[in-house]
Amino acid sequence: MKVLYFAWLKEKTGTAQEDLDLPDGVSDVAGLIAWLKGRGAGYGDAFADEAVVRVAVNLEHVDGEHKLSNADEVAFFPPVTGG
Amino acid sequence: MIRVQEQDFDPGHELEQLTADNHAIGGVCSFIGMVRDFAGDAQISAMTLEHYPGMTEKQLEAIEKEAHARWPLDATLIVHRYGRLEPGERIVFVAAASAHREAAFEACHFLIDWLKTKAPFWKKESAPGGEHWVEAKASDDAATKRWDKT
Repeated sequence: MKVLYFAWLKEKTGTAQEDLDLPDGVSDVAGLIAWLKGRGAGYGDAFADEAVVRVAVNLEHVDGEHKLSNADEVAFFPPVTGG
Repeated sequence: MIRVQEQDFDPGHELEQLTADNHAIGGVCSFIGMVRDFAGDAQISAMTLEHYPGMTEKQLEAIEKEAHARWPLDATLIVHRYGRLEPGERIVFVAAASAHREAAFEACHFLIDWLKTKAPFWKKESAPGGEHWVEAKASDDAATKRWDKT
């Protein structure tokens, strides 16, 4: 699974992109966020306020209940501010 | 058509290209977003735009497709820049061409409203106090909701 972070999520986690195996017991986006939060200070800080974290799987916006597989590209980012 | 690029664009040239060789077009409406030199009371010296390559193009294409489904349009164009931009520089160009002005005006407005809440771009502003990420505005969400189908 490819995991990407953008804007302040990239800064707080100190990671732009990483390859992960779907952790044991994790089946959906909410589960992955809970697992990432336990990885260390930067991740805990990045996901502290989950209400402002947006998620895309395979380039489409999804919510926390979206099921994940190892073939997915998952991206975490703040609400968008383009235009 | 959609384009995501670092370099500037020439609005006149873009409009000429968009409407060339299609004499069914009766009007074209365009919008250009630019970098302001202020945010609230703060002076802004520069802005850096980050985006999600791949998803950006996909979302812009979906937004454009939705506009064509809702209005009788002959042509549309979205050009969005990324990278470091200074006040006065162009950020985004949106245009819609149709046989009649009403569709062109509405579609242009729709394109920029949807783009602002759906396309994965993030702005970071440089002010005297340091750099900070721009927060999404509730008014932008409201502007998008205006186009919800009832």
